[in-house]
Amino acid sequence: MNLAELYRQDAWHMRWLIYLSFAMLAVGGLYGALQGLDKMGVDLYRYLPDPLYRYYLGLTVHGVTLGWLFTTYFIIAFLNLATVHGLRRPLQSRRLAAATFVLAVGGGILALVPTFTNESSVLWTFYAPLQAHPAFYTGLTLVVVATWTAGLNTYLTWRGWKKEHPGERTPLMAFASLTTWAMWALASAGVAAAMLFQLIPWSAGLIPQVNPLLTRSLFWFTGHPVVYFWLLPAYVSWYTMLPAQVGGRLFSESLARLVFLSFIPLAVPTGFHHMFPDPGVTHSVKLLHAVLTFAVVFPSLVTAFTVVASIEVGARRRGGKGLFRWLLALPWLRDPSVAGQLLGMLLFATGGITGLINASYGMNLVIHNTLWVPGHLHTQVAGAVALTWMAASFWLVPLLTGRALWKPKLAVWQVWLWFFGMAVMARGMHWMGLAGVPRRVHLTYAPYAVFDEWRMAGWLVGSGSLLMLVSGALFFLIIGMTVWASKEPARVEVPEAKPLHPVDRMPRVLDRLTPWVAVTLVLIAIAWLPSLYRIATTHPYVSGWRLW
Amino acid sequence: MASDIDRYELIWIYLCAAVLAGLFGVLLYSAFGLGIHVETDVGQIHPTQVATTAPFDQPGLRQVGPDEYEAVIVARAWVFDPPEIRIPAGSTVTFKLTSLDVIHGFKVPRTGINRMIIPGQISVVTHRFDEPGTYPYICHEYCGSGHHIMNGGIVVEPR
Repeated sequence: MNLAELYRQDAWHMRWLIYLSFAMLAVGGLYGALQGLDKMGVDLYRYLPDPLYRYYLGLTVHGVTLGWLFTTYFIIAFLNLATVHGLRRPLQSRRLAAATFVLAVGGGILALVPTFTNESSVLWTFYAPLQAHPAFYTGLTLVVVATWTAGLNTYLTWRGWKKEHPGERTPLMAFASLTTWAMWALASAGVAAAMLFQLIPWSAGLIPQVNPLLTRSLFWFTGHPVVYFWLLPAYVSWYTMLPAQVGGRLFSESLARLVFLSFIPLAVPTGFHHMFPDPGVTHSVKLLHAVLTFAVVFPSLVTAFTVVASIEVGARRRGGKGLFRWLLALPWLRDPSVAGQLLGMLLFATGGITGLINASYGMNLVIHNTLWVPGHLHTQVAGAVALTWMAASFWLVPLLTGRALWKPKLAVWQVWLWFFGMAVMARGMHWMGLAGVPRRVHLTYAPYAVFDEWRMAGWLVGSGSLLMLVSGALFFLIIGMTVWASKEPARVEVPEAKPLHPVDRMPRVLDRLTPWVAVTLVLIAIAWLPSLYRIATTHPYVSGWRLW
Repeated sequence: MASDIDRYELIWIYLCAAVLAGLFGVLLYSAFGLGIHVETDVGQIHPTQVATTAPFDQPGLRQVGPDEYEAVIVARAWVFDPPEIRIPAGSTVTFKLTSLDVIHGFKVPRTGINRMIIPGQISVVTHRFDEPGTYPYICHEYCGSGHHIMNGGIVVEPR
């Protein structure tokens, strides 16, 4: 089957999900810039009409558009592409693909309308007993359901492929997508349960009270692994595509598989490390989640070796020499798609270290709910993930539209500007957090914001976010011009990294999902169920509040 | 073992595992050797019963021993009750916290004091204040449109 034919069936929803994903990035990013400026005492909200000028409405829009929609839309499109290309097979069910699109987009609209009308300013974490409009919870739930139908379609496609290829090893690109969906299917159960059994019926008036500790715990059941749901598509690109983009080979396919697979059991039983300073959860379960959070760092440390080694193979083939000088042989200034991903990895490494600090039990008390935490989150999501996705879209959008990338030189500027903006902003946020600045506050009007140190660090946050705003504008210009104005036909294909060594022996467990899912269920039963049961049955249920 | 794993890669894997295990050892030492613990399950109180249940029926500061105090603080949108406590330098204060409405937070910059305040739950944290000065306590969890004005202060007076 030739490639154009291979993608034809699924190209429309991939293309539109990617456009909508970037539209969400634009909306959320604009509020992000206002939030950054607020940290240096500049208030631009006052120029916005009612109700858009409200800080916490903006913060909810920022979190929902970026944390839930930008991410989910791109992930569905990108993992669909990886599946279709990996298996050389269109998605199994056209109906399921169309249903996924409708659920994802419809759910997003349903959640955003009551957010923009100031009926749901509960932020992206929607901690009860703050009570949003029922459409807000319902919309977000439909978005989660869309991820399930997308995952199911990938699974069905894989099954169809296996029937025709008995005994063959699943191509890595498709297998990595499949593991991501498996991890997420288990992880999303927490937030789905909170929505279906507590928040939706409660906001609709069907049950009078909710258990705020239970809904918060269920949120973090999903809330930590959701970061891996965002990250793993970037890993798909780093492992299975980027090495080919620099002319390298995947250093070891078995380890790549081990990395993807180990996220299934390790991602979920970690969430209580977000609740170290919470009452109602015991020391022992918090320590258990701390050790498992340390364990989930392990696959990322392996990634640091394997991905860099794969890139080194490419750099040396390009004439790179020396112990470290080969790094200069990489197209840092020529290929925006490669440069963006490499810069994203650098940000990711810093976030790995801050993440270990967050998980370190007693040390967490220094930074919990300070600006340090969104500083960490931004290096990972606005840094590593968003930069990798923007960089990948420099070949992805031409592939799906047939139009060549508009001004690749400008795109190089764009990714570097984003990188510097992100680095400066993150430096400011970490600094402010260590100095005790709480997260999620309209700082310009906080009466306690009197410290010079806070103001100085705030300048870094504000100027970093401005650099990102400029870079974001450049990105939309480049993508917009590519889609609407580029005359040149695209000559791109999906980069697919071949393994460096042929894999003649590989444990069969590295090509299966069932044993990993089984281990996960056991870990979840140990790490979550006793606490969740105790909280659900013995902790108080309370009424809702609308305080905005 | 798979055939395509490099020797250096294996060395790296063992190194990483050792580093993570070492860091976790430090964590365990800080918890059990030095006794630095985070919050645990302290007790429950329904928000509708806060006003009639001791000690939260009488928020404020009480001396419970030489240089030892108990500060009972009730959080609600968007104030802490009481908004200020005064103690002499060198005092050890045990804060007992709960909420009347939604989730709040309790953070004192430049100290290890950091607690969530969840309706239905009691949070407890103890700290010794040696340096005179004013220490703000700040609500660090979003609690509605006045979240950023929700704060109080500890005035530590020189002896």
